[in-house]
Amino acid sequence: MVGIYLARGMLIGILAGLLAFGVATLIGEPPVERAIAFEAAQATGGHEHHDAAATPDTVEAGHSHHHHHDAQAADEEEELFSRGTQGGWGLLTGLLVYGAAVGGMFALTYAYAQGRMGTLGPRGLAAILALLGFLAVVLVPAFKYPANPPAVGNPDSIQQRTALFFILLILSVAAMAAAVVTARRLAARWGTWNAGLAGGALFLAVMIAAGYALPEVNEVPETFPAQLLWRFRIASWGIHAALWAALGLGFGWLCERAQSRDLQALRRGDGPALF
Amino acid sequence: MAHATTHSGTPAVALPVISAAELLPWAVFGGLLLVLMVYFVGAEQGATSLIQGREVHEFVHDARHLLGFPCH
Repeated sequence: MVGIYLARGMLIGILAGLLAFGVATLIGEPPVERAIAFEAAQATGGHEHHDAAATPDTVEAGHSHHHHHDAQAADEEEELFSRGTQGGWGLLTGLLVYGAAVGGMFALTYAYAQGRMGTLGPRGLAAILALLGFLAVVLVPAFKYPANPPAVGNPDSIQQRTALFFILLILSVAAMAAAVVTARRLAARWGTWNAGLAGGALFLAVMIAAGYALPEVNEVPETFPAQLLWRFRIASWGIHAALWAALGLGFGWLCERAQSRDLQALRRGDGPALF
Repeated sequence: MAHATTHSGTPAVALPVISAAELLPWAVFGGLLLVLMVYFVGAEQGATSLIQGREVHEFVHDARHLLGFPCH
């Protein structure tokens, strides 16, 4: 049963990744290109916003210290992939792998939540879980540590930024899990609505506290266009929103239409089929 | 399957509860694989490197930025 759910989740996740690629091509790539153009202009204009790009970096070639755009002025470093590849096959690969992974994790969560979250059917349960997942994995952590385009970010702080990003992400997911469990516990006494409000308040309280406790990161260059930053971040949310919407609705649809056959197979003692 | 005697609000075909014991091996081994997939898209050859070089980072560069992962 769990294996079939996992396969369904990863399959829908790949399709959701494909949709996300469409959204990314449409609204994500234009701001990326403009940010790279800004970065190149900064580099040639002598305004070093990063560390000195002039330092020969051959020793550390394996350390991905410099971004290849930084090196354009120095034209020492060869480009590994063209912009066409990065924005095409590279972007597609990244989003499909990410979609499959998120789809799989979503399916495992669904498998645990099934029958434990009141009277919801497959479609309702998948939709609710996807909404909560989008809030916990994407939207709320992004208020603190939002997506940044090329040209934003100091390579020297990548370790710290990566650690902070994943700490907040894990904390957010844990807070959401605790909120849902708490709401389920309270539901019998307080009713579903009030228990849901209590769960929401718990999640908010933890995330606001985390927002104050974790350090601020601001590495946006002074002259970086505000409108471009806004467009980029909106695009990032749009890509995630498309991915999670497709995942929740697609997975729910697949499980709803397979539900009666799933139950028949379980009664017979067989494993359920993929579709 | 196990819980036939739930409250009146339950639909005719209740979804079966999957026991934690059945779920655990999937969550551990599947979860490990899935986390590794996210890692390669989101963080490999950034703060940490399992594979030498910049190829993974550069190939998924745009996806990494647009998905909001810290990238150089």
